[in-house]
Amino acid sequence: MTTPAPYRVVTRTVEAPDVATLVLEPAGDPLPPFSPGQFAMLYAFGVGDIPVSVCAVDGHRLTHTIRAVGAVSSALHGSRTGGTVGVRGPFGTGWGLDHAAGRDLLVIAGGIGLAPLRPVVLAALAAPERHGRLNVLVGARVPGDLLYASETDAWRERGARVLVTVDRPDARWNGDVGVVTTLLGRAAFTPSDTTAFVCGPEVMIRATARDLVDRGLDADRVRVSLERTMHCGVGHCGHCQLGPLLLCRDGPVVTWAEARSLLRVREL
Amino acid sequence: MSDGFLGAFSDAHRERLLSFARTVSFPAGTRVFDEDDPAQRFWVLRHGHVDLDCHDPARGALVVETLGEGELLGWSWLFEPYRWHLGATAQDAVTAYEFDADPVRAAIEQDARFGLALTRSVASVAIGRRLRACRIRLLDLYRPTDTGRASAGGEPR
Amino acid sequence: MTDRDTTTAVIGKDGVDALISVLAGRGRTVVGPTVRDGAIVLAELTRGDELPYGWGVELEAGHYRLRAREDGAAFANSAGPNSWKTFLHPQRERQWTAERRTGSGDDTDTDSREAWVVVPDETPSRSYAFLGVRPCDLRAIAIQDRVLTGGPYADRAYRGRRERAFLVVVECTEPGATCFCVSMGAGPGVDGGSDASYDLALTEVVDAAGHRFHVRAGSAEGAAVLAELPHRPADDTTAAAARERVAAAAGRMGRTMPEVDLRALMRDSLGAERWNDVAARCLTCGNCTMVCPTCFCTSAEDVTDLTGDHTERWRRWESCFDLEFTHLPGGTVRSSSSSRYRQWCTHKLGTWHDQFGSSGCVGCGRCVVWCPVGIDITEEAHALADERAAGEGGTS
Repeated sequence: MTTPAPYRVVTRTVEAPDVATLVLEPAGDPLPPFSPGQFAMLYAFGVGDIPVSVCAVDGHRLTHTIRAVGAVSSALHGSRTGGTVGVRGPFGTGWGLDHAAGRDLLVIAGGIGLAPLRPVVLAALAAPERHGRLNVLVGARVPGDLLYASETDAWRERGARVLVTVDRPDARWNGDVGVVTTLLGRAAFTPSDTTAFVCGPEVMIRATARDLVDRGLDADRVRVSLERTMHCGVGHCGHCQLGPLLLCRDGPVVTWAEARSLLRVREL
Repeated sequence: MSDGFLGAFSDAHRERLLSFARTVSFPAGTRVFDEDDPAQRFWVLRHGHVDLDCHDPARGALVVETLGEGELLGWSWLFEPYRWHLGATAQDAVTAYEFDADPVRAAIEQDARFGLALTRSVASVAIGRRLRACRIRLLDLYRPTDTGRASAGGEPR
Repeated sequence: MTDRDTTTAVIGKDGVDALISVLAGRGRTVVGPTVRDGAIVLAELTRGDELPYGWGVELEAGHYRLRAREDGAAFANSAGPNSWKTFLHPQRERQWTAERRTGSGDDTDTDSREAWVVVPDETPSRSYAFLGVRPCDLRAIAIQDRVLTGGPYADRAYRGRRERAFLVVVECTEPGATCFCVSMGAGPGVDGGSDASYDLALTEVVDAAGHRFHVRAGSAEGAAVLAELPHRPADDTTAAAARERVAAAAGRMGRTMPEVDLRALMRDSLGAERWNDVAARCLTCGNCTMVCPTCFCTSAEDVTDLTGDHTERWRRWESCFDLEFTHLPGGTVRSSSSSRYRQWCTHKLGTWHDQFGSSGCVGCGRCVVWCPVGIDITEEAHALADERAAGEGGTS
């Protein structure tokens, strides 16, 4: 078992009423570098730890977006600048952006699923010559839940096609209304030469991945991030099994080709 | 646009349909149609977005869905009683193919193969896809009690 | 074999007594089988007469009874309710301690008030000697080794105990009615393909020539320990008798697995009706997972003292039969008992291969014996194979 390395909270940004983004800096020795798609076990002193995907890596600094749901995430969400958070990791597979070299990119996020995908967007923007067109499709419940709202314009300016839709518009919303898959018709990509990265609730992942395959994407080029309970992060506790996979080790990012048959089995 | 509404047709049937079309433009904010009005036209969007809405006396126009490039705007012209179920407003500047419903309905009656192709496209691409999307929205997947994902701030217990 | 052979020998009961004291003298905690509370359990031993001389067991699905043996053998009995994982991978274990750093007294300094440090548990591992490891359990140890130390992250505490453990295997000459190690390729002899190394391997022989043990050393330390015991050179008669007894045991297995590729059977059976049949009987008590020598699942819990300045992370055994096991914020993934039994069974016999490169079952039969309603994994596997065959017959 690894032990948590203390990291100091450098900044805390409120993203939505129950969502905050923490930028963390090592208080002692830094952990090995994280790749986009990998996760950390974030530890709140005396409360416990939960898996949280990294949503930006900047040198030894780690950024994590946390939604307050239970005791641990509420404690982490409530961390103050200057406070200490424990970090174990990096764990799991990454998004594998390298495998998408030269292809069009579809980054498709539902809800807080944009957090694990943000480093894909940032990495793709940082090296535009490595791939084709970058599309970022985002679905949220209400306009106030949209993450990184202050950044998305900058993503557009740097060449990404960013399309955003909400389930429930408010009076001030003048953007799209509908599920994220309806944005696919307006994304710029050549299906036979595209890699998709999908993250969101499992139902959204299934519907999106099927739609992508219908539109001509190879199931091997649809990469999805799956969710199961994780306690240890190191493949020893057995909780995150999905059939043959230990998701903390063999996931959370897997191809739709691998995931499809597993997600068809109920209660697997 | 190839995988939009028109992408579902054979070349011959697409040409046949487009023979009824004219190109139109709407400035942002144009009211394209209103709920319960007779459905005498329909559109295939080429650029821009159209919001479908429903009017609530207290809250005003409630947008239920946005349609974009390549999508079919309007299917109520194909089925009786030929009246719009929702209203539609151009969200931004829109360019579209516009069709009068009468001659297209006549062509459907006269040429069963064309009629079947058109009805199929409306059913699968427009109605089917929107119904699936709508059902997923009904699930309210991003509601606060679900994190969406453990790997982004979920909780094992 | 020559007189100078240090790797094989024959010892008597006095040799086993000496083995315990020699191992204890080398600083090891000796653990082996002993009769306690109506069962043969694994516990700390200080003397040879604590071994279950003269005791056998009568096993069936959901049934365990001690039975006196006339021949006085100590190891003519099969798996009891606990296994070596109790010692190598204990039920509860502290993983780390974290303490708030006491600040300089400056209460306005948020940093110092909220800072804390982790104090890893560096208690030196206990050095065990396991006396009476059955070949099936030797295989189980090898399986847990791969789970807990074979991946990119090794469980340091486990590895520490494992590396310091001295293993005395005792080959199986008396399989129980619930045993099927032959089907799993894990016994009854120590050369049945087992992949964990041992220090000494004993085979108990009781016949007209006396009560004795044929011994083979599997390591340098094993040979050194053997040299310290009262022993005589291995003789062909004893060696042959030992071989015969192990070979005969292989032919007396109480249970078998279906002769099919079990991994493929599990993969093909995810939608089987049989899971509902099991679910109607299964109490989801998790006994099978507790007694299984390879089941490794755990949960984490944090315990904080009253001051709130000192907190500990503990890990405890957890069962995939527990509803909490797959709890997500939206609910439980495996809420039906059929899905939980299916998880346990398909993991053990099937997906374990994908995850850790081997089956997770060694054929020890503990899950069959200690199931309160007598669910038998071999019977279930046969039923799944029959259901699959019937399905194939029906569709072709």
